[in-house]
Amino acid sequence: MSPFVTLLLRDIRLAARSGGSAALALSFFALVATLVPLGVGADLHLLARVAGGILWVAAVLAALLSLDRLFQGDFEDGSLDVIALSPLPLELTALAKITAHWLSTGLPLTLLSPLLALLFNLPPQPTLILFVSLLIGTPAVSAVGAIGASLTLSLKRGGLILPLIILPLLAPAVIFGAGAASLALDRLGAASALGLLAAFAFAAVLLSPFAAAASVRLNLGG
Amino acid sequence: MISSLTAEKLVCVRGDKKLFDGLNFRVTAGQALAVEGANGAGKTSLLRLIAGFLAPAAGRLIVKDAQGESDDAEERGKSVGWLGHQDGLKPQLTVLEQLNFFAHLYGKTADGALLDQIGLARQADLPCRYLSAGQRRRLALARLLASARPLWLLDEPFAALDTSGQALVGQLMARHCGAGGIIIAATHEPLGLGNESLKL
Repeated sequence: MSPFVTLLLRDIRLAARSGGSAALALSFFALVATLVPLGVGADLHLLARVAGGILWVAAVLAALLSLDRLFQGDFEDGSLDVIALSPLPLELTALAKITAHWLSTGLPLTLLSPLLALLFNLPPQPTLILFVSLLIGTPAVSAVGAIGASLTLSLKRGGLILPLIILPLLAPAVIFGAGAASLALDRLGAASALGLLAAFAFAAVLLSPFAAAASVRLNLGG
Repeated sequence: MISSLTAEKLVCVRGDKKLFDGLNFRVTAGQALAVEGANGAGKTSLLRLIAGFLAPAAGRLIVKDAQGESDDAEERGKSVGWLGHQDGLKPQLTVLEQLNFFAHLYGKTADGALLDQIGLARQADLPCRYLSAGQRRRLALARLLASARPLWLLDEPFAALDTSGQALVGQLMARHCGAGGIIIAATHEPLGLGNESLKL
């Protein structure tokens, strides 16, 4: 097994075991998405209209819950030192951790979203578009989140400042993702929004491992 | 294999405090160096500096091997076996999972006999949260052995270990040096290897 796959599988295993954050993020996502229709009331048109935005914001917040553990746990218990000295370059370490985070939170959230869209009376076509937008966009959430997580490594209460760093950076994902669902609801083509979302996600996943690795390096020396 | 590690006029600054200034030492293959000094003297900082986590404020660290001399920190890190003062173990993973993870991460296959040797064979399937401090230390040692690196950097290698554990560390260190490895250990106790020591 290559070092990359080893690290990836270990992070997924940690997220899935007790004390891991995968189940937590998923339940948070489901609870928020259930509470909103209860709060907004039974205006079916209104619910369908806000579905994309609510589910996207809920997905971002749910992913945030588990982000502070991305590097923090390994940093605090000393594993990150040992991982940093392994033959795996820190950039690939960051990419493995981003991928593991997406597989354990972003992907399950995406798979659950069609079920939650039912609560919002979202028609099948927009539901499909919303599903696709989450599938394309959640990797960007994990990737941008990794930058924030690595920057706040040496702060004891980094979890509190993390949202302030990454939420503004994730605005494009929410705008294009929720926008795609909204366009589909109006029976307009959503391809342009999905395309922009894909471009954003592609750039984020491509560039963030370098930023995260640089920031981890700084923190290991600090 | 590394034939020697040389520090030339090494300076380490943390914050606005100068920990050491103009530090010189040389360790060759098969030798151990004990780094001694009061708490806060910079023992751990020196180890982190050698591992490449910290950059020296001035001076050079030169590694000499079959390919020649190099003072590249990243390259030096690839020959470091690290035993920090933290054990770096996850409470949710079992002893065997933990060891396999680190061995594979270092591109090695974990040897089943390793746990036997380190005295944790009976705990192989136990999650690390149930291990005592000494057992955790033993597992960290097994990880160090599995990494099969020539330059060992040890931070308080005897900490938390019982008498037999300390004897085991002594044996492992002697064997590592015997095989041509280098050990630099921050410690308050004698290593018992007939080694030189560096006072910070």
